[in-house]
Amino acid sequence: MTLLLVQILNGVQLGLLLFLIASGLTLVFGVMDFINLAHGVQYMIGAYLGVACAGLAGNFWIGMLVASVIAGIVGLVLERCVLRFLYGRDHLDQVLAGSGVILATNELVRVIWGDAPLQMPMPALLAGSVPLMDGMRYPVYRIALIAAALIVAAGLTFAVGHTRAGMLVRAGASDAVMVRALGVDIGRLFTLIFGIGAMLAGFAGVLAAPLVSIEPSMGDNLLILAFVVIVIGGVGAIRGAFVAALLVGLTDTLGRSMATDAAKAVLSASASARVGPAIASMLIYIVMAAILAVKPAGLFPARA
Amino acid sequence: MRDRAAPIAIFAAFVLVPFLPWGGAYNLAVALMARAAVFGLAALSLDFILGVGGMVSFGHAAFFVIGAYATTILDANHIDGAAPVFATAAIASAFFALVTGAVALRTRGVNFIMITLAFAQMVYFAAGSLADYGGDDGYTLAARTTLLGRSVYYWMCLAILLTAYLLCRRVVASRFGRVLRAIKQNRRRVQALGFDAWMYQLVAYVIAATLCGLAGVLLANSAEFVSPAYGAWQRSGDLLIMVILGGAGSLHGAVVGSIAVVLLEEVLGRFTEHWRLIYGPLLILSVLYVRGGLAAMSAGRPGYLGRDF
Amino acid sequence: MIRRVFLTLAFLAAIAASASAQSPVRIGVIATLSGAAASLGTQLRDGFQLGVDTLGGKLGGVPVAVSVIDDELKPDVAVTKIRNLLDSEHASFVVGPIFSNILQAIFKPVTESDAILISPNAGPSTYAGRACNSGLFVTSYENDQIHAVMGKVAQDKGYKRVFLLAPNYQAGRDAINGFKSAFKGEIVGEEYVPLNQLDFQSELAKIAAAKPDAIFTFMPGGLGINLVKQYRQAGLSNIPFLSNFTVDESVLPAEGDAALGFFTGADWAPNLDNPANKAFVAAFEKKYGYVPGSYAAQAYDTALLIDSAIRGAGGLGGKTKLEAALEKADFKSVRGNFKFGVNHYPVQDFYLAQVAKRADGKYETEIREKIFSNDVDPFAAECKMK
Repeated sequence: MTLLLVQILNGVQLGLLLFLIASGLTLVFGVMDFINLAHGVQYMIGAYLGVACAGLAGNFWIGMLVASVIAGIVGLVLERCVLRFLYGRDHLDQVLAGSGVILATNELVRVIWGDAPLQMPMPALLAGSVPLMDGMRYPVYRIALIAAALIVAAGLTFAVGHTRAGMLVRAGASDAVMVRALGVDIGRLFTLIFGIGAMLAGFAGVLAAPLVSIEPSMGDNLLILAFVVIVIGGVGAIRGAFVAALLVGLTDTLGRSMATDAAKAVLSASASARVGPAIASMLIYIVMAAILAVKPAGLFPARA
Repeated sequence: MRDRAAPIAIFAAFVLVPFLPWGGAYNLAVALMARAAVFGLAALSLDFILGVGGMVSFGHAAFFVIGAYATTILDANHIDGAAPVFATAAIASAFFALVTGAVALRTRGVNFIMITLAFAQMVYFAAGSLADYGGDDGYTLAARTTLLGRSVYYWMCLAILLTAYLLCRRVVASRFGRVLRAIKQNRRRVQALGFDAWMYQLVAYVIAATLCGLAGVLLANSAEFVSPAYGAWQRSGDLLIMVILGGAGSLHGAVVGSIAVVLLEEVLGRFTEHWRLIYGPLLILSVLYVRGGLAAMSAGRPGYLGRDF
Repeated sequence: MIRRVFLTLAFLAAIAASASAQSPVRIGVIATLSGAAASLGTQLRDGFQLGVDTLGGKLGGVPVAVSVIDDELKPDVAVTKIRNLLDSEHASFVVGPIFSNILQAIFKPVTESDAILISPNAGPSTYAGRACNSGLFVTSYENDQIHAVMGKVAQDKGYKRVFLLAPNYQAGRDAINGFKSAFKGEIVGEEYVPLNQLDFQSELAKIAAAKPDAIFTFMPGGLGINLVKQYRQAGLSNIPFLSNFTVDESVLPAEGDAALGFFTGADWAPNLDNPANKAFVAAFEKKYGYVPGSYAAQAYDTALLIDSAIRGAGGLGGKTKLEAALEKADFKSVRGNFKFGVNHYPVQDFYLAQVAKRADGKYETEIREKIFSNDVDPFAAECKMK
């Protein structure tokens, strides 16, 4: 039973991390109709900056704060110098340019920090663990991560749902042309959305840094997962992204831990050792395909 | 398809390459152009559904894998004849496209992109679980497919590419092709005219998949090695880059794109290990300053068709 | 159009420029230089280069032209690049790779060419037995051997119940099988994870639930870093951590204190006490600034081996002559005891090593005891080479 609890906690944690990344992605796509492939490298930059800033400041918290802000700034610079020329362009052009950004940024990170994975030391305050079950302790940091992500998620939902800027964002996601026609400075709105999205992704990177291996291309697979999340959740919807992110996080985590065991019920041990992990990897895609088969526009699409 | 000069130039270049004085670099030059031809075939098939049909598939590399593994499984059973190998690859790819396309084509836009990715990932992971054929480590072919022996390989690739190109052109120019292009521009109107858009797109998807499956056989023979990596999502991404860089919709643009990507990777790679630092910005610059891709650049006018998926 | 012509000309010029005055011996070094396992490939490249430099840029008295290839841990990429190399450079030797799957992919193209393939790391069982080939030499070890080391350790230390964890690919399965060949106790868990796994929580939860006497794992590169950090964080470090290639010098800088005290099998460690090794480690740290791992040491040995072979064959004679000279392994290995078995895999000593922190703050593995002497791999008998 406690095994299941641990898996569920881990699934929620992965889901929340995905939500932080996917929320920026879905808003940018929903409001600005812009496929931002560069979002994955945003996460990676957050992690690397986290290591760098924490190292320079000698303190995790300062490092995290500074890194998130700088990541947001890097995102804005990227937007201003490269990506803004692609608004209104064909999605395919955005994909091509985004691919170029990914390739160049991954390589740049490699040039600056080298190929070997880096490590980010955990803050002393959160380095302990709490006993969850006999002999198994659950790291405090992960609990803190869940809490932090939930707070940010709540803040984001509130901002989008109950502020004027948030109202414009929702309106933009629903019908961007109309919003512009109503005289709203759409350029500033775009910049705001982009910057916040970039900062969220960078923040997610810093949060995840002590837990994962920090290396070039670390954002690529998460980018794919983030796209799965926004497609399942429905483009442009924060609520959809939240539900979908948790779904993906839980499916992936629980799937990985149970697939092989489930396979053992029908196959031999060595066969299930092969089939199990394959199915575990496929699981989120199967779920996504199934959801799209029934609801081709996702669970909670913002567009009418 | 008024512009004939560019495609003729491209195929002429392919024909000329083995006769130029490369010296010590001869084998390398021919191998590179053969690779460009194989990826050109795959990119061409992707352009057929993407540029012409408006279906952006992020899972096209799955058909590479299917074709390559058809070759593998037959090779493991000591069957190397060109006819059975190509036929199996074609049928397997067509079947997979039929089943997955039927589901995928119910979606639009980014959802279609992701669902094609999902199916490709399933193929990728499934191939990786095939322990008998090396799983993730891949499989070395015991023998090449007949008709694809080392001395004739280049010409066979070129012949198949040319045939596929001409076939695609004919289809695009036909009534079927016109309906396909119309669906891309305004699906609702085409449906209102009484055409079953879904069916037309599905047929196109199956054709493209079959061609890519054949490319998979060629790829397997080029390296005499097959691995699930042929179907990784990054490979589907590479194909997309080739199509878009070359100019989506022009068909020959896909071939130009694949030549460009293959050569750039090789040439840049010789100057520096960090060649992606140059390649990435090159892609970005080409998007910003070359509307319509490389094919449009040489034709001197904007891209072939209006694009708005 | 112009751009294309320019590129082609530049490309031809680059090819032409690479042909130099005295015919050097061309060596292609192939390793994983990007991605999560990049540090392993970097070690291989650096170790080999140090060997060449120590010998004055010449092997067997012949100047050396080294081309470095990044296989990106993709077998298909490796095959293409190796074929390119063989097509354009007429290499005499191909040194590498790190990973067994890459070796399996490039085996056929290289052995069918004039080049001799020398692997300073990958040692799959595939070519150790019936499929042994005169054109392949392995200077590391055969995969099963090093894993059997830990199996024997577990057996000798009296562990009755062991949990096994490996990535889901051939080398991972070889690791588990190698361990099982020497360990006769109870396996309380056997888990295979995907190669790109980031989060081990579910496996760690299973380990905690099973309460084994020890765990054995093989998690190279980034996988190991994540596993070690999460293992420590989950409070499981009181369960002995037996491993291979999970806490070696390539990943210790990233794992840091989390790996202290963990065990690994080894055919070499930086503190191995012989003059050749002391000189090697000192020179390596001086030149590159980091602690070398087995990847570097074995690659260094390879350079010395090639040097001895070219000398023994009296120059770059022909492939057969070089092979015969290589078989003699007439050089001073940093491992001390080194010779080839009939299948061209090494016959050498194996040790148990443990992670420790040096006085200067850097991490390394240190030899604790010898486990096998002059060990021959289990497949050598099936090899019919003379």
